[in-house]
Amino acid sequence: MANNPEVVTQKYTAKDFSSDQDVRWCPGCGDYSILAQVQRTFPELVQTNKEKIVWVSGIGCSSRFPYYMNTYGFHGIHGRAAIIATGVKVANPDLSVWVATGDGDMLSIGGNHFIHACRKNVDLKILLFNNRIYGLTKGQYSPTSEKGKVTKTTPFGSVDYPFNPLSLALGSDATFVARSIDRNPKHMQEMIKRAGQHKGLALLEIFQNCNIFNDGAFELLTEKETKDDHVLVLEHGKPMVFGKNHDKGIKLDGAHPIVVDISNGKYSKDDLWVHDEFSDAPVHAMILAHLDDRPDMPSPVGVFRQYFKESYDEGIKTQINMIKQKKGEGDLEKVLFGANTWEVI
Amino acid sequence: MSDVKEKDFRVVTNVTVRFAGDSGDGMQLTGSQFSDTTAFIGNDLNTLPDYPAEIRAPAGTIYGVSGFQLSFGSDDVNTPGDLPDVLVAMNPAALRKNMKELKRGGVLIVNSDAFDQKNLKLANYDSNPLADDSLSGYELHQVPISSLTANALEGLPLSPKEVSRCKNFFALGLMYWLYDRPLKNTEDWIKDKFKNKPEYVEANTKALQAGHKFGEMTEVFTTRYKVEAAKLPKGIYRNISGNEATALGFLAASVKSGLPLFLGSYPITPASEILQYISAYKNFGVKTVQAEDEIAGVCAAIGAAFAGHLAITNTSGPGLALKTEGIGLAVMTELPLVIIDVQRGGPSTGLPTKTEQADLLQSIYGRNGEAPVCVIAARTPRDCFYMAVEASRIALKYMTPVILLTDGYLANGSEPWRIPHVNELPDIPVKFRTDPEGYYPYLRDENLSRPWAIPGTPGLEHRIGGLEKADVYGTVSYDPDNHDRMVKLRTEKVKRIVDDIPDLEVDGDDQGELLVLGWGSTYGTIKDAVIKARHAGLKLSHAHLRYLNPMPKNTEQVLKNFNTVFIPEINLGQLAHVIRSEFLIKVEQLNIVRGLPLKVNDILQRINTLLGGGNGK
Repeated sequence: MANNPEVVTQKYTAKDFSSDQDVRWCPGCGDYSILAQVQRTFPELVQTNKEKIVWVSGIGCSSRFPYYMNTYGFHGIHGRAAIIATGVKVANPDLSVWVATGDGDMLSIGGNHFIHACRKNVDLKILLFNNRIYGLTKGQYSPTSEKGKVTKTTPFGSVDYPFNPLSLALGSDATFVARSIDRNPKHMQEMIKRAGQHKGLALLEIFQNCNIFNDGAFELLTEKETKDDHVLVLEHGKPMVFGKNHDKGIKLDGAHPIVVDISNGKYSKDDLWVHDEFSDAPVHAMILAHLDDRPDMPSPVGVFRQYFKESYDEGIKTQINMIKQKKGEGDLEKVLFGANTWEVI
Repeated sequence: MSDVKEKDFRVVTNVTVRFAGDSGDGMQLTGSQFSDTTAFIGNDLNTLPDYPAEIRAPAGTIYGVSGFQLSFGSDDVNTPGDLPDVLVAMNPAALRKNMKELKRGGVLIVNSDAFDQKNLKLANYDSNPLADDSLSGYELHQVPISSLTANALEGLPLSPKEVSRCKNFFALGLMYWLYDRPLKNTEDWIKDKFKNKPEYVEANTKALQAGHKFGEMTEVFTTRYKVEAAKLPKGIYRNISGNEATALGFLAASVKSGLPLFLGSYPITPASEILQYISAYKNFGVKTVQAEDEIAGVCAAIGAAFAGHLAITNTSGPGLALKTEGIGLAVMTELPLVIIDVQRGGPSTGLPTKTEQADLLQSIYGRNGEAPVCVIAARTPRDCFYMAVEASRIALKYMTPVILLTDGYLANGSEPWRIPHVNELPDIPVKFRTDPEGYYPYLRDENLSRPWAIPGTPGLEHRIGGLEKADVYGTVSYDPDNHDRMVKLRTEKVKRIVDDIPDLEVDGDDQGELLVLGWGSTYGTIKDAVIKARHAGLKLSHAHLRYLNPMPKNTEQVLKNFNTVFIPEINLGQLAHVIRSEFLIKVEQLNIVRGLPLKVNDILQRINTLLGGGNGK
């Protein structure tokens, strides 16, 4: 807390978070935008002590991210980012621990670590770069690729159904679940900030275009002509309106969302579903996560759900302090000589 | 009891007892109580719990038999004994499974109540062995343990099932009488264990006392045995199992290094107890993460090592296989990490509750790429303590993963331990890098070890990871010459640990005809075999490797001073393989892979053959 809020000096600039390494993503990759938005947001989020920031990643294009951030960084092995980050955070809860990962890394080989990090509510900020393809291995389908996807390993189309990352996170009781898009920098900055401010596990899925192996995967959501009709920007306490002319809305019919026209007088904004980020139950967020399962529905971006409970790292710390208080600081001599001893004279 | 005539005492120097019964009969408890009391009155001892992987196999079956063997004596006791002198069999299946191992003429105590048609059939007996003369070569005592226990507990508010559960304490009481041990330790233990169930305290105590009294009152037993206290070095002792010693060793290393201990772990037999013990030391600031899988266990530990903790992960063979890639990451990032492998029978799930030494090659070589790690092995249950401290010291000093090998026998077996005082243990100095001036992540000190700069330190922000790093600078590098240099530097770093470990000691002459070379838990067995061979007039020496990679500096010289090097192992010759390829010498092997410790006699027989058919030289 600054004593005098008027003279808060910005200690860092975006440049302070940029490392001396050349960024080696393909030209045009959505990852550049994510890196830029993180570096732009961090000076606001991290006003002092940037040595407390740690970026952890797994394997894949996304996972090169830590090398480009001038913070502490750990480039792990495939799928293990969330659990390596858990080790860092539990060891030192004072650190702000961020994870950069992709759909293959976090949802396929690392799926187990992901759901358990959510379950335990480890205080990690996970940025999931979802491009729905394996990029670094050059174009195989991923666990978020749509069914029927033709790739090098599925020349006749994939047969399996994709994961819905947000549904998975919600189902694993993640305490902060949000989504943004690489082509919407302002929105992404806002989401990064919100994730960074959340105490507990924050999952931010970012739709990220791989212009080499899956170009145009999110075209409808990013192109000027189509995006307004295909993106629903969620805002807490506001009715769900979308469409180029703000003429469409989502109405909840029981547990069943429907699109209604609010331009012809039959429905008004008052009839629409009002977004509640802090809803007690995950049900509404879950409906939103599955909204675009239907082709006539827009894809929501924004904060789907946020709620609060003690984080795992905090729980461990609290328990240790409690036991120290109850039993006193550990005394090794006492433990060694504590049990059923006898003396040989 | 004054009207009861004192029975004769026979003084013996060493006894091997085996308790055997159904998995649910409480044989492990009986055995460990007998061990604790035996240790308490000053005998040396060594134990071998031997139980099935199933928690409660169907009652009465042979595969459900659980056993606990211990050897105790007034001299040094180095093994749990080859064959028992005394067998306590709680049912026909226990008899069937263990009878062939009982020494000829040995004492056999059976719960005769359990020898009904159903149990006999389950144990594949066509006729009741208690009724025919098949056991005539033994000193058989038929004791109706179930009904005597029921009689003793008459009037207590317990169900028949609860009463039946007390029969192991009756058997224990009887054995306490037979070997002249006090009841008090176990009585205290019962009081503590069932402090919230007073009726169980009363029942179990009564059963224990009834067993003891039975020995006193009946005419069945004409002789009692006395085993005098062993002449152990002065000091305060406790009885300790390998797993508990391992846990205490890491706790000690944490205290002596001033670093909080972090254990990332996934439950696996027979290693889970280490996590159980360590998770109880929270008031030392210890952090335990029971992870979602084995890989998570090692990866969480790597994260904690990066953040500056004394980080360890424990497992058994299949788990070590899963942790392989993580260990490679720790090699690449050059972080301190200790991996404890409590070896069990393999491959695959293998024999989860049995012992084996077959992970040596996996430990030394089992990773992709050139990924050298330091490998050390404990040789007795109490040695697990010292090797845990040593593993931590090496990992922290050299910024390297260290694999500490123990095994199922060491883990569950126990022996008396002269407890060291904290100030007798070596300090483990640790230095975090804090000075940004001239800092690079892969600078190296005189030990080739890189600086440990932990997150939170201003000005030292850096990135490490699994990709090859440029020498000194630590940036990602694909340069061919750099890779060649880094591969060699990592290997050289682990090799140089050799200057920091004790020489290989030789028990006996340092040259001659025969050297028995071992590693790990075969220590006591080899030691006993060598002692026996010497009693028979043979000349031979014994050396035992605690450091497997690198091996002590003088290893080659030690081996080359003998005409024959003989390596007994509970595997198909893994140390033999390493020795041959390292030193180009011929070795003799003994390889028995039964999921059990080697027998002294097996080693002795081979010694006799190697030294010319048993004729002393």
